[in-house]
Amino acid sequence: MRAVANDEKSEFDALALFCLLPSLLYVLCMFVYPFLYGVYLSLQPPKIDGFSFANYLAFFSDPYQYSTIWITFSLAIPTTVVVLVLALWLAYGMRRGIFMERTVTTILIMPISLGVILLSEGILGFYGSQGWFNQMLLGLGLIKEPFILTHNYAGVMLALFMQQFPFCFLMLLGYISGIDPSLERSARMLGATPSIVFRRVMLPLIAPGLAIAFALVFVMSFAVFPSAIMLGQPAGTTRTISIAAYQKAFEQYDMSAASAIAVVMGLCQLAALLVIILFRRRLSPAATMGVGKR
Amino acid sequence: MMRSKMWKLSLYLFIVGFILNMLGIVSHVVVSSFAKRWFGGVLPPAYTTDWFAYAWKNFDLGQVLGVTLLIVVVVVVLALAIGFPAAYILARRNFRFKSIILLLYFLPLVIPQMTYGIPLATTLYRYGVGGSVVGVILAVLVPMVPLAVFVLMPFFEQISVNLEWSGSMLGASRAQIFRRILLPLMVPGILTAGVLILVNTISNFELAFLLGGGGSQTLVVALFYNMFAGGVRPVYSIDAMAVIYMGMVMTLLLVALRFVRPTQMVFKLDR
Repeated sequence: MRAVANDEKSEFDALALFCLLPSLLYVLCMFVYPFLYGVYLSLQPPKIDGFSFANYLAFFSDPYQYSTIWITFSLAIPTTVVVLVLALWLAYGMRRGIFMERTVTTILIMPISLGVILLSEGILGFYGSQGWFNQMLLGLGLIKEPFILTHNYAGVMLALFMQQFPFCFLMLLGYISGIDPSLERSARMLGATPSIVFRRVMLPLIAPGLAIAFALVFVMSFAVFPSAIMLGQPAGTTRTISIAAYQKAFEQYDMSAASAIAVVMGLCQLAALLVIILFRRRLSPAATMGVGKR
Repeated sequence: MMRSKMWKLSLYLFIVGFILNMLGIVSHVVVSSFAKRWFGGVLPPAYTTDWFAYAWKNFDLGQVLGVTLLIVVVVVVLALAIGFPAAYILARRNFRFKSIILLLYFLPLVIPQMTYGIPLATTLYRYGVGGSVVGVILAVLVPMVPLAVFVLMPFFEQISVNLEWSGSMLGASRAQIFRRILLPLMVPGILTAGVLILVNTISNFELAFLLGGGGSQTLVVALFYNMFAGGVRPVYSIDAMAVIYMGMVMTLLLVALRFVRPTQMVFKLDR
């Protein structure tokens, strides 16, 4: 068996292979292979022999199709920025614990576990023109006409926010509460004001976590699908790229064109990730993790 | 001092606001499911429980719930069975391509399901399993196997390797070490992973939607389709169905939170 622990040399034996093989095969067959097959299929339009970029050309020459990229970006970027700023603010404020923290976090993660469909149905009712939200504002005399928050751009933003905020908040809370609290105390003792502590000490330490959170929230928002249908105008202002791909695949049964759109969607997400990774390189790594609250 | 007080206050106000908004969203659905009819007004004028019976009969919920439970149980068992040994090796051994494998397992969790769901659905339909219960299970397992691996790994890391060495020095075989030492110590990890996979599978929409056909719709997918038949079905009956779904998820979540810390629900950064 193993003679030397923590050795640099390979510890890959028959047992390791046997244990790893099922999951590796699964990911290769059900994740990597379909991806490659999708790329291959997208290059083979049904009416043309051999490889061709016809699907991509068709996508980028039809305004009804290529405008979905812009629509999706204009939904995903504002959502991501709002989610990130609010989550950072809240997580930073809660870094040393707050009153009834466990209950609060439990309620905050409710949207994750309820799932997007139930959330959207609830938003349709609660924020609808006859819902409690508008009734309350009308009753308080704050507005004269109900806010139209469903079946438009705002409705999708709302659903995306509810979905992504708890996720982003918990991630940042975990990250921030892992920063050594003595750093902050030293800075305070040396005379830094809270805002300087945040800007000069904490923010650089949080930045790498913030970059990952941005990337994850953006990528997830970019694929928005059910809430864009239920709370938006799936034929108009919130026809996102995933709706375009879905319609090609399951309404027109053109799998080749659908794969091409899925590839474009993947490339947009990849581009955003690369920007974040390059940006993150320039940030100093947090070398002081893992001593905090947890 | 004044400014920091204001800051704290605004923080609490935001939390209260978010919680009220969540409770409002959820209770609006619940109230609506018990309403006889409800046009404007703070509360409906009359209540009834008929919509639950209506939903049960008209949406064929018995069959849908059966399919959902079948899919969930099979996914949990298979994801744990496939993920458990992989998590053990990845937690214990060092080898050359480990970081590449970890990255590969990480991808299905961070790439949106809609992005890989379409090529996956295309492939599965080509092999004739699309639109069936098997197809849904195969698709939902794609993110769930890596989830099992990443949740189980830290639990393995917490078990001292010395325990395994002592066992084998005292003459235990590999199988005995597994059954008598590792398995009992891994019970909390298996519970955590199982519960997370369960909750994620029940609320999974994209993959179940792309792969589910007539007889293989899960509860969430059926809910989505019936919302779309909008106008045909009374909104109260759809809300009744949503309440049944919510009851199922909330029960599971309450059980889950006895075993799992909320912050474990999301992946750890920068492992």
